[in-house]
Amino acid sequence: MARDWETQEHDVIVVGAGGAGLRAAIEAAAQGVSVGLICKSLLGKAHTVMAEGGIAAALGNVWPEDNWRVHFRDTMRGGKMLNNWRMAQLHAQEAPDRVLELERWGALFDRTKDGRILQRDFGGHRYARLAHVGDRTGLEMIRTLQDHAIHQGIDVHMETTVLRLLKDGDRVCGAFAYRRDRGDFVVFRAKAVVLATGGIGKAWAITSNSWEYTGDGHSLALWAGADLIDMEFVQFHPTGMVWPPSVRGILVTEGVRGDGGTLKNNLGERFMFRYIPEYFRAETADTEAEADRWYTDKTNNRRTPDLLPRDEVARAINAEVKAGRGSPHGGVFLDICARRPADYIKKRLPSMYHQFKELADVDITKDPMEVGPTCHYVMGGVRVDADSGASTVPGLFAAGEVAGGLHGSNRLGGNSLSDLLVFGRRAGFHAALYAKDRGGQLRVEPREVESLAREALEPFSRAGGENPYAIQHELQETMQRLVGIIRTESELREAIGAIERLKERAGRVRVEGEGAYNPGWHTALDLRSLLTVAECSTLAALERRESRGGHTREDYPKADPEWGKVNVVLRRKDGGIALAREPLPDLPAEFQKLLGEPS
Amino acid sequence: MPAVTLRVFRGDAAAGGFRDYRVETEPGMVVLDVVHRLQATQVTDLAVRWNCKAGKCGSCSAEINGVPRLLCMTRMNLFADGETITLAPLRAFPLIRDLVTDVSYNYEKAKQIAPLRLKPPEADGSYRMMQEDIDRIQEFHKCIECFLCQDVCHVIRDHDTKPVFAGPRFFIKLASLEMHPLDTRDRIDAIRREAGLGLCNITKCCTEVCPEHIHITDNGIIPLKERMVDEFFDPVVWLVRKLRGTPKAPAS
Ligand SMILES: Cc1cc2nc3c(=O)[nH]c(=O)nc-3n(C[C@H](O)[C@H](O)[C@H](O)COP(=O)(O)OP(=O)(O)OC[C@H]3O[C@@H](n4cnc5c(N)ncnc54)[C@H](O)[C@@H]3O)c2cc1C
Ligand code: SF4
Ligand code: SF4
Ligand code: FES
Repeated sequence: MARDWETQEHDVIVVGAGGAGLRAAIEAAAQGVSVGLICKSLLGKAHTVMAEGGIAAALGNVWPEDNWRVHFRDTMRGGKMLNNWRMAQLHAQEAPDRVLELERWGALFDRTKDGRILQRDFGGHRYARLAHVGDRTGLEMIRTLQDHAIHQGIDVHMETTVLRLLKDGDRVCGAFAYRRDRGDFVVFRAKAVVLATGGIGKAWAITSNSWEYTGDGHSLALWAGADLIDMEFVQFHPTGMVWPPSVRGILVTEGVRGDGGTLKNNLGERFMFRYIPEYFRAETADTEAEADRWYTDKTNNRRTPDLLPRDEVARAINAEVKAGRGSPHGGVFLDICARRPADYIKKRLPSMYHQFKELADVDITKDPMEVGPTCHYVMGGVRVDADSGASTVPGLFAAGEVAGGLHGSNRLGGNSLSDLLVFGRRAGFHAALYAKDRGGQLRVEPREVESLAREALEPFSRAGGENPYAIQHELQETMQRLVGIIRTESELREAIGAIERLKERAGRVRVEGEGAYNPGWHTALDLRSLLTVAECSTLAALERRESRGGHTREDYPKADPEWGKVNVVLRRKDGGIALAREPLPDLPAEFQKLLGEPS
Repeated sequence: MPAVTLRVFRGDAAAGGFRDYRVETEPGMVVLDVVHRLQATQVTDLAVRWNCKAGKCGSCSAEINGVPRLLCMTRMNLFADGETITLAPLRAFPLIRDLVTDVSYNYEKAKQIAPLRLKPPEADGSYRMMQEDIDRIQEFHKCIECFLCQDVCHVIRDHDTKPVFAGPRFFIKLASLEMHPLDTRDRIDAIRREAGLGLCNITKCCTEVCPEHIHITDNGIIPLKERMVDEFFDPVVWLVRKLRGTPKAPAS
């Protein structure tokens, strides 16, 4: 296999072609710089395509009472105030414009009776706020962006995986990558780099995430010297499929509950009424009658506890199953058939209908679904400047799931798709500005590239016999067992030890065959980032001695106000990872008041 | 469930052939699960594309016992006990390796389709669209770009017409733009000349394999063909239709 490489040159490269990467590339190109867009899969196949329920934006089409302040407040409360307030503000203010922009680019959202964009209820949102297309909103979004992007003169490098960011001194100057089809190496030279690589969910065994979610962007940033924050906050979505085993973890959209579905245990109880936390008590219905009325009358009724934020619902399901009140296959029941007519279900949730029918032989218009928590989203990520998406490394920007801050300790459903557009656009804009302002010759060190190429090819020639799939599998089982929904110090320490041993074994991975389209090799290379993010997440979880949002410690079951003032920050130090607690940005007085008011 | 025999195409453009493997299965598995198990335990370099494993991304297209299908949405209980399951790459596209083909033809065709040309907004600066006016287009927007319809279409398969033929996936793309309430572009000439709609002889093979059950021919291709004929002879028809802004009544 060749150790040489081709070189590509762009002003800005965007790593990742999901919603965030596409929006960033479109914006950068609009600023007149040359843009390269790089993605591991084919264009249009990124995770964004799988998003179901909708995109949150306070358009106020269904509930005129809605506005950005209410959205801001919901986002901050859903994240238990650990959010970067400035990101939450920009997000809530700009999301409506970004959604309308998609419409002007050809997206067709479901409509209200008067021809506006229809909005649906989702967990943690005060009003029906999610613009959607049945339960395939992500498909509409990615296709719209993709079809728009291909006419903007952007160079797309599909099935190309970035392995390392390159630096000239302090500044990022490009990326080292390989092409899947032939296994050849590429050096991308660039004045600015936007990371939009998505999440880390492949580190867990039960997950809604695909093979791509190996935390590459998080690791690339960390290795390049950037800060990561909030890595302990991993969202377990309350409703994944649980049966049959081969589909375990596949997502069941929150839209099922938004459209009237309820959770029940094996006694037929709507158990969520028993799990309303103090924090949300004032705004949550405490009787079934009130909860049912809320769907049509939000002025006089409070929200159903079925639509509490995801962390609350996932913990409740976990507890019901542990108490022996679960469904036959270790989940609980999610019932929409008893509450909504078959036509309505098929029209609103066609892909859920299809998914259960084809994969589980369940007709959701006739029988309840069995569901349980599945690893879904990472709130933590690259620490960025709220306005520009700039990381702490000059020339490096991040947007979308790979960036941290917006969602605090827990993300509300629908707030990711809007995040991608708002901050993808901002990161693309500022990366282009940066590239224009800072000219100068950047130097890529050929010896460094040579050594990266040699390192990448090592698994072909090793004597060691470790199988990359086996190591990946063991890591997933470890994280599932020890760094899951409920954590405790002894288990987290055990996980750190296990990850260390897996890292050693990963150093002995051997792969068969040649460089061309070789998934064994790809898996071996992904192990480096997968192990890095597993370690980051576990270290941060050990550090945070409290329970908050997507991080629950059995040994510290309460939220601690002191911990509510700091982020856990991870950064590279002497070949290892250093931890720090650093204060959140100060919340301006006007927002303190808004957040303090009862809803 | 017992072990099954998978007969899998192995090789690249230069050389290759089918090889048999025995793989253990479990209840509820789809073909992609079995391929993954084969990959993890016996053939670590077996090339296969996939992402979502839920029929949403259109990555895992292949030919299963000769039929173009999604590997992740084909349940193992579809096959009789003891039946050998043959897995081959899509035939219409150049082979990269094993089950993976080079589908760049489709991305090139996509690029040739002119984007939406937006009509001016209403007086209040916004746009209104009625649900009934977009139902049909939303059906086309369900497309996951699996390219199974492209694979099965004989115009792409058997004839070297790729340069002048967009294929069923892009006929419904064109139809969705042509019927889009906000689009003002005249596409008839492009549909006829660049996309080669005339080469389609409505065999409906594309519709049969579409995993999204899109009525590619009845709701997309045939209405387009009708418009092409009408408007070729009478450009005023096009103008009137665009001004009225109502899509032509679709078949269901
Ligand atoms: C099943 C499911 C349903 C969801 N539903 C919703 C919903 O209804 N509403 C909502 O708001 N959110 C939803 N989410 C969450 C949301 O879809 C994701 O958080 C979001 O799409 C992430 O977008 P992104 O642009 O950050 O990354 P992605 O869309 O994941 O794109 C990542 C890109 O980075 C590329 N990449 C990764 N690593 C590399 C590398 N090393 N080199 C090159 N390229 C790389 C990938 O190929 C890909 O192109 C859902 C998620 C899932 C899994
Ligand atoms: S109907 Fe037309 S497009 Fe579809 S497969 Fe037949 S010839 Fe091809
Ligand atoms: S129209 Fe159907 S078969 Fe063709 S690419 Fe789209 S989803 Fe696949
Ligand atoms: S893997 Fe996405 S459609 Fe099969």
